[in-house]
Amino acid sequence: MFGKLSWAAVPLHEPIPMITSVVVVLILLGVIGWVVAKGHWRYIWDEWITSVDHKRIGIMYILLGVVMLIRGFADAIMMRTQQAAAIGESTGYLPPEHYNQIFSAHGTIMIFFGAMPLVIGLMNYVMPLQLGVRDVAFPTLNSVGFWLTAAGALLVNVSLFVGEFARTGWLPYPPLSETTYTPGVGVDYYLWAVQISGIGTLMTGVNLVTTVLKMRAPGMSYLRMPMFCWTTLASNLLIVAVFPILTATLAMLTLDRYFGFHFFTNEAGGNQMMFVNLIWAWGHPEVYILVLPAFGIFSEIFSTFSGKPLFGYRSMVAATLFIVVVSCMVWLHHFFTMGAGPAVNTFFGIASSVIAVGTGVKIYNWIFTMYGGRVRFEVPMLWSMGFLVTFVIGGMTGVLLAIPPADFVTHNSMFLVAHFHNVIIGGVVFAVFAALEYWFPKAFGFRLHPGWGKAAFWFAFVGFWVTFTPLYVLGLQGMTRRLQHINYPEWAPMLYVSVAGVAILVVGVVCQVIQLLVSIRDRDKLRDVTGDPWDGRSMEWATPSPPPMFNFAVIPNVEGEEAYWGIKTRAIETQRLGPEPVYKPIHMPLNSPVGVITAFFASVTGFALIWHIWWLVILGLVCAFAGFVWFAWRDIHEFEIPAEEVARIDRARRAARRAILERVAREQGKPA
Amino acid sequence: MKLIPSCKPGASGAVSAAAAVATLLLGGCAGGVMDPKGPVGQGNRQIIVDATLIMLFIVIPTILLALWMAWRYRASNTKAEYLPYWSFSGRIEAVVWAIPILVIMFLSGEIWIGSHRLDPFRPLESDQKPVEVQVVSLDWRWLFIYPEEGVATVNELVIPAGRPVHFSITSSSVMNTFFVPQLGSMIYAMNGMVSQLHLQADQPGEFRGISGQFSGDGFSDMTFRVRSLPADQYAGWVASTRGAGPVLDQTTYAGLTRQSRDTRPFTFGAVQPDLFNVIATRQAPPGPGPVAQYGRETTPASGEN
Ligand code: HEM
Ligand SMILES: [Cu+2]
Ligand SMILES: [Cu+2]
Repeated sequence: MFGKLSWAAVPLHEPIPMITSVVVVLILLGVIGWVVAKGHWRYIWDEWITSVDHKRIGIMYILLGVVMLIRGFADAIMMRTQQAAAIGESTGYLPPEHYNQIFSAHGTIMIFFGAMPLVIGLMNYVMPLQLGVRDVAFPTLNSVGFWLTAAGALLVNVSLFVGEFARTGWLPYPPLSETTYTPGVGVDYYLWAVQISGIGTLMTGVNLVTTVLKMRAPGMSYLRMPMFCWTTLASNLLIVAVFPILTATLAMLTLDRYFGFHFFTNEAGGNQMMFVNLIWAWGHPEVYILVLPAFGIFSEIFSTFSGKPLFGYRSMVAATLFIVVVSCMVWLHHFFTMGAGPAVNTFFGIASSVIAVGTGVKIYNWIFTMYGGRVRFEVPMLWSMGFLVTFVIGGMTGVLLAIPPADFVTHNSMFLVAHFHNVIIGGVVFAVFAALEYWFPKAFGFRLHPGWGKAAFWFAFVGFWVTFTPLYVLGLQGMTRRLQHINYPEWAPMLYVSVAGVAILVVGVVCQVIQLLVSIRDRDKLRDVTGDPWDGRSMEWATPSPPPMFNFAVIPNVEGEEAYWGIKTRAIETQRLGPEPVYKPIHMPLNSPVGVITAFFASVTGFALIWHIWWLVILGLVCAFAGFVWFAWRDIHEFEIPAEEVARIDRARRAARRAILERVAREQGKPA
Repeated sequence: MKLIPSCKPGASGAVSAAAAVATLLLGGCAGGVMDPKGPVGQGNRQIIVDATLIMLFIVIPTILLALWMAWRYRASNTKAEYLPYWSFSGRIEAVVWAIPILVIMFLSGEIWIGSHRLDPFRPLESDQKPVEVQVVSLDWRWLFIYPEEGVATVNELVIPAGRPVHFSITSSSVMNTFFVPQLGSMIYAMNGMVSQLHLQADQPGEFRGISGQFSGDGFSDMTFRVRSLPADQYAGWVASTRGAGPVLDQTTYAGLTRQSRDTRPFTFGAVQPDLFNVIATRQAPPGPGPVAQYGRETTPASGEN
């Protein structure tokens, strides 16, 4: 009846997962109880869960990403303390069967459910605003994509309470991940969670590529797009190109595990090296899927806070596209030590270093964007400077790893762990925090408290280096990764230093939380009434904060690079806004529950597949399909916002803009 | 971190001083890859040091330039010129592309030469005949077979100093990497396949061995001791091991492939000829893996065999 599922799957006798489960369930019940008691249920259902507004979906992605980042951080604290505790005779507090789940969950969660949702959420929120349009190309599909990602995240977290998670790392290399060596449900949790969310990611990729290619405001030619839109395009092109490889590779492993196929097994002609090739043919482009949008974010920030256009815009576009192409030709650098031979290693080594050319060009362009500027060290700019310094070093160690004979002694070592955190934290995570500071006022109408933001930055920056520099040293001392127990006490000092670094990082995280709370408390003082709190240059700053559902009352006509900067300077020069447009009714897509319902049944199906509950698999699939057909099949897709309503909202925006003009005029000593 | 004399890089003058500093910064000499004890490890380290120096040459000025630029053009510095529309310069663009391209050209040379010279499959130059050692990664131990000497060891590798060693490496079950940081390059152990690796310890000494590829619950303790002995002592060790202790044949090997967290070293006094070939060509069954219950796995606790 319940397949492999029984009470034995619940870790009643293991305190860490059990206490966590109980706390999480209590918090969830508390939140749900509060929502129901306060009668917020309708609001949440109508305005968020079934919303197809790209801004709402973007915010939900970011919320998911932040929660998962915290879960992953808790895993990281456990790993660092376990390694510092389990040296020599001591075995620490986490036995291997736990520790191995923790690093696997940490990597899986951080990449698939932390970094990806954060980056996709930002692209979702910002890119349509920057392009001057009202939504993405397929708003309902957008909602489906989000909810499928959330379904995957749900499955990973369920594995904490029911059964176990994979113990095979964030990329389950066979034959270890085959049923012979890992018969439990852990790998199956991994497979179905990643598959379900991967389908969501692919949908988003198609959606966002189409949006950039087809939905730009009139006059917004490709070479007038803000840099962030270019990197969004690049990143989503990569998603469309490589996520199918991930899906296919994991499907093959699934066939091995469920139906006794032999794609990657030791027996019957399976080839484990094929898995390693395929997974990295997706895996290396994946890191550029994450970091390209980060580059876009930094481009926006350097230019805004220097009060200048981005230096070498065209060369930046070229460098971005160059990276897209080359990043698909370097995957073998993840296994130089598999013995491919000198010619192959040379090719992939050089190809990998060549990517650094594109990145190097970008670094210099950011530096020269500051040249001749008026650089304001607001919090987003601090993160960006922190990124420049950190990422250059991460890039350097990356190129070092791309030199085969150097990789022969650093592969899979702590040096590697330090490198990829150097670029993922220094690049992607710093970018996300910069972006949250930068676009938060746009999304919520008030700024985040700058003092706490600066504190958070400095603790994160210092904490990062104190945590990861020792890992570089440990790597060179010969320490390999994923060790649950340390046999060589010589490594102890550096492991202790790293724990101190994690403590500093914890303080940084606390500052970030306090910043949010303080900012909500002081929101009236921090209010952004203008819609343009940073003296911005691209179209999102032309809207009020937060933007109305339809973004733009009238779709703007773009007349040059830096569309909004042009409009703004013209208004300041002529001392007036353009004439009031003729307002027309606007048609916006209707809400749809199809995403959440399909994703709900997808989670049920995934859970049933994991536990081999075949009747539930069939039921879940049928319901998912039926729900999809039922809710997606409708005759009315849109509703109308009447012209008077549009006019009312836009007149308020114009009034705020006029107030800025008057203030600018007063400051310049001219009569308004 | 202690500085051992032999730890100084070979180059001369300023380069060697800079390299020494880099070496110290990069992890010192405590038994790691920056403290190599043989020609391969020395080659690896040389490449790391050279490449790091080439890159630092450009990375440090870049970081300083970034910091200087931000400071010089800070908003409060009204003395600095303000060029609100300046966003292109063909000359700077050319330099900006040229610098990384030049660096990468240098490094490409390094990659090309290094990949060929330090290819793990390439035999070392030496007037001595290499020792043959066949390595099998087990769940979770290492088996070393000396086909010419007719002995085998578990979790302890004994080699003669100053003589090249030719390793043929395979796995009884899942992937591992065979790694002795002070001797140099690591390489994967894979079931049904044989990887080749050539290493050499120049002097007698003791080194750490470890696996670099996660292989399951007992992975962390897949460390092993490497002893490099003077030629005569090595011969003595072979002689005293041969004939003593159990025989390694397909039956004892099958016992070894069962999962075990017992990492104590021991030796076999005789080896079935051709056993390695039998293992590598999958004529011997692969490691059986764990016993499964209730969707959670059980593995033998430490000490059980
Ligand atoms: C914030 C502080 C963080 C700390 C202290 C930390 C620490 C660690 C540690 C100790 C490991 C395991 C190393 C080993 O295998 O021996 C690890 C692995 C990993 N981390 Fe982090 N991490 C952090 C943040 C992140 C972030 C933000 C990401 C991604 C966005 C990330 C992605 C990964 C990945 C992909 C792995 C490899 C997992 C695997 O071995 O399968 N980490 N981290
Ligand atoms: Cu890569
Ligand atoms: Cu192979």
